[in-house]
Amino acid sequence: MSTDPTRSHAPGPPHLAIIGAGPAGLAAALAAAGEGVRVTVVDAARAPGGQFYRQPAAGLGARRPGALHHQWRTWRRLRDGLRRQIDAGHVTHLPDHHVWCVERRPEGGGIDGGPARLTVHALLGPGQETPAEVRADAVLLATGGYEKVLPFPGWTLPGVVSAGGAQAMLKGGLVVSGRTAVVAGTGPLLLPVATGLAAAGVTVAALVESTGPRALARRAGALAGRADKLAEGAGYAVELLRRRVRTLVRHTVVEAHGADRLEAVTVAALDAEGRVRPGSERRIPCDTLAVGHGMLPHTDLAETLGCRVESPGQRVWVDGEQRTDVPGVWAAGETTGIGGAALSLAEGHIAGRSAAARLRGWVPDPGTWAGAAESRAELRRFFEALDTVYVPPAHWTEQVRDDTVVCRCEEVTAGAVREAVGELGAGDVRTVKLLTRAGMGWCQGRMCGPAVAGIAGCEQAVARRPFAQPVPLGVLARTGEVRTGEVRTGEVRTGESEQDDDDR
Amino acid sequence: MKPMELARAEPGPAFTVTLDGRQLDALPGQTVAAALWAAGVTSWRSTRGEGRPRGIFCGIGVCFDCLITVNDRPNQRACLIPLRPGDAIRTQEGTGHEH
Repeated sequence: MSTDPTRSHAPGPPHLAIIGAGPAGLAAALAAAGEGVRVTVVDAARAPGGQFYRQPAAGLGARRPGALHHQWRTWRRLRDGLRRQIDAGHVTHLPDHHVWCVERRPEGGGIDGGPARLTVHALLGPGQETPAEVRADAVLLATGGYEKVLPFPGWTLPGVVSAGGAQAMLKGGLVVSGRTAVVAGTGPLLLPVATGLAAAGVTVAALVESTGPRALARRAGALAGRADKLAEGAGYAVELLRRRVRTLVRHTVVEAHGADRLEAVTVAALDAEGRVRPGSERRIPCDTLAVGHGMLPHTDLAETLGCRVESPGQRVWVDGEQRTDVPGVWAAGETTGIGGAALSLAEGHIAGRSAAARLRGWVPDPGTWAGAAESRAELRRFFEALDTVYVPPAHWTEQVRDDTVVCRCEEVTAGAVREAVGELGAGDVRTVKLLTRAGMGWCQGRMCGPAVAGIAGCEQAVARRPFAQPVPLGVLARTGEVRTGEVRTGEVRTGESEQDDDDR
Repeated sequence: MKPMELARAEPGPAFTVTLDGRQLDALPGQTVAAALWAAGVTSWRSTRGEGRPRGIFCGIGVCFDCLITVNDRPNQRACLIPLRPGDAIRTQEGTGHEH
């Protein structure tokens, strides 16, 4: 080990920073810590678990926190493992750290030619104004994903929430926004959302899924490989029947109604081409619409690091060891392609093992993670098949009226996007953005990206966002004041301690 | 409060915050958004352009639709910020800097 170049610059074991404490990040942390690497898990949430294992807030004193979860036993194993590694001093967990950028100093050379000198820049706490830095020899991005929602008239009304949003509020805050909900869109997430809301006492007036059973049947061969996943789906179906939730397949929401908040939705049947069948519209009174059209990976940090991001899919490219094409940077979980918690666990495990071995100067033996690799291959095949089944209706843009807001932040309508393309000659989403301001607001196009591309008839481009979070200008101005060498690798430095140093 | 029953929640004592001066009960650990939903409030912001009402949309800090003014700091994401006793929440108009 004395010849290991990564250890020459700092005492102690090499240091891996993991961004994200969901299934992928935690699996990676446990795997790497088990291989003698020091790990810092940097996470935006106040408690580990990510979106999938989101817990009721501690202050709510939930005695049955697993009531709204699946695979609670797996979570307990991760949680207990994390606790043990923290107690042993191998893992540091930094909650409430909102990472806005990961910086790589090219002169560091990366793990093949010396320390990579990666700096993780975060903002602390709910105020998100105090900066913190974590220096590490390698970084593992386990930043997860978020939900895609395509627009329709009325989708900006209060009471219309993303399906995952309804679930997050329920799991974390133990709250629902009303008494009667419609769950709509497409994708496997709609099932746990509908059953979760029903279990929490909400009347689920309808589950509206635009895909039909025939599409599933066509991919039966490809899906059969993961009987556990199919059984999970069947379990939800039984639960929906038991709770008398009406399920409308090959249906879509065409409009949400209400003045200042949601009062009803209109749903309609779809024909074989994915067009609304005229005359099939029906109105369902409800105060909540939980709607989602699939998931998108978080790729911002990878983009700033210069990692290859694949389009379509907008996912971070990784090799068999979960390495990105940037030395010293690994990625695992939804950020490398949407595939659920089980796939995230497998990828995280592989990434953690690989990073630990490489950091200690060894070439890892893939045989040591053969089980996880097999699981990864099966689940990737399964979700690739699922992806071809759960697609939004082919003609969804026909339901988007010219006065429908597409970009929620900048209130850009579909009409403006269509004008940019039709009359002003925009041929790509970047030009549409410049002409209309769609995607220039707070969320930086995370919400409207797929919608603008769809309505403009352009391919969705890989976003280039310099920062993953809004950053106060003062923080930005002071970044880089901490000179290399001042902070030892792995040390956590906050803006406050920086202030203390100045006072001394 | 059915979800609370489902998770057999035994929260710490409720405390008081204000929404536009009106007193509101909140539970320890609840975010601004959760407390507002529990109180039956689903919109707390009006947009800069059209003055349209908005509240929670993504629920996980990505969309910035749930912006609100907390203790005179505008543009805080209600879905991320936990409440503390005595917090003064104000519904937000436009950028929140116009008052």
